[in-house]
Amino acid sequence: MARIVAGIGCSHVPAIGVAIDKGMTGTPYWEPLFKGYVPAREWLAKLKPDVAIVVYNDHASAFSLEVIPTFLIGVADEFPIADEGFGPRPVPVVKGHPKLAWHLAESLILNEFDMTIANQMPVDHGLTVPLSVTCGQPQEWPFPVIPLCVNVVQYPPPTGARCFKLGQAIRKAVASFDEDLKVVIYGTGGMSHQLQGERAGLINREFDTAFLDRLTTDPQALSRLPHTEYMREAGSEGIELVMWHVMRGALNDDVREVYRHYHVPASNTAAALVVLENRSAT
Amino acid sequence: MTQQRDYDNIPGTYVYDSERGRVGYHLNMFCMSLNKAENRAKFKADPEKFLDGFKLTPEQRRAVLARDWLGMLKVGGNIYYTIKIAFCDGLTFQDVAGMMSGVPKETYAQMMLAGGRSPHGNRYKDRPDI
Repeated sequence: MARIVAGIGCSHVPAIGVAIDKGMTGTPYWEPLFKGYVPAREWLAKLKPDVAIVVYNDHASAFSLEVIPTFLIGVADEFPIADEGFGPRPVPVVKGHPKLAWHLAESLILNEFDMTIANQMPVDHGLTVPLSVTCGQPQEWPFPVIPLCVNVVQYPPPTGARCFKLGQAIRKAVASFDEDLKVVIYGTGGMSHQLQGERAGLINREFDTAFLDRLTTDPQALSRLPHTEYMREAGSEGIELVMWHVMRGALNDDVREVYRHYHVPASNTAAALVVLENRSAT
Repeated sequence: MTQQRDYDNIPGTYVYDSERGRVGYHLNMFCMSLNKAENRAKFKADPEKFLDGFKLTPEQRRAVLARDWLGMLKVGGNIYYTIKIAFCDGLTFQDVAGMMSGVPKETYAQMMLAGGRSPHGNRYKDRPDI
């Protein structure tokens, strides 16, 4: 039986990808951020997951405003790297896990989550930056990946509570897959940041710290935070944090925070990396 | 009943909701076209001609040609899309964020290094005290 063993929360700032791709991770500006990623990378290398589910948002790369899927799952054999407007990142193609992905799609839809299914799509920095952050710069990614996209580009994104419930449904779906697979799930985006308007550059360390604390201790109530609260307190793009609730909902009620890293600034953003492990089987 | 937009009182923030989506579609689809290298080359070579291929309003067209980043948001631009024009110009997200907030690049960068813009005084249009 497949099982989700751990969750990773990770910001996916495009500039972090650029810093990696251009070999700038050791500069005074970037070094403190990248140094903080090392323990998580070591933890993941030791864990050796068989598959990762990466919950992220597409940034007008695979999907435009033409069609806006609220929740989408990628079932392809592989996902090419998107050109987001400055050429594709020089990272390996992302290999999928069609068998588990299709099982998830079927299970989720029959469990009343109306997923859009993608047989073909490029993936952008929303997915590849968290992979780079946690896996480094390998020739091939160390595990297959199931992309799960959440719309946060056209308001309104799905509610945090809905995202949490989707996570719970993912947990159930994974547990009903009959191969013995160790699965990790990433929730990406955030933390506090605002990329637009006169208020651009907003950072709220207090909000972010409370969010990270409650992610472990009080996740259900945290997931009920209204959208306006994110935008007011964590910046208009801070609303990306709803995607972390999918990750948290997919874990057990009782988790242990194995590692936390928080750094300001990564370009315009408060960047975080948190690792949560299931503590018990409930 | 229409949706309550309780986020309208957040200062300096342009939420890409249905109101903006109704007017911004073609502007943002132009931005989307810049994902292709050939379109970036065409746009750079002759911006006016390239824009003729999209149904932009005169004000949207002006904002794009003038690189009025804040102006684009006011006429339906979505930052995840309009940033592609900046990428095409060789600008970064931080460059554009500085321009939108109306301060020199260096001032904005210093603000970010010092921990970013404080939420205090920036939560409500009519409550600069909290």
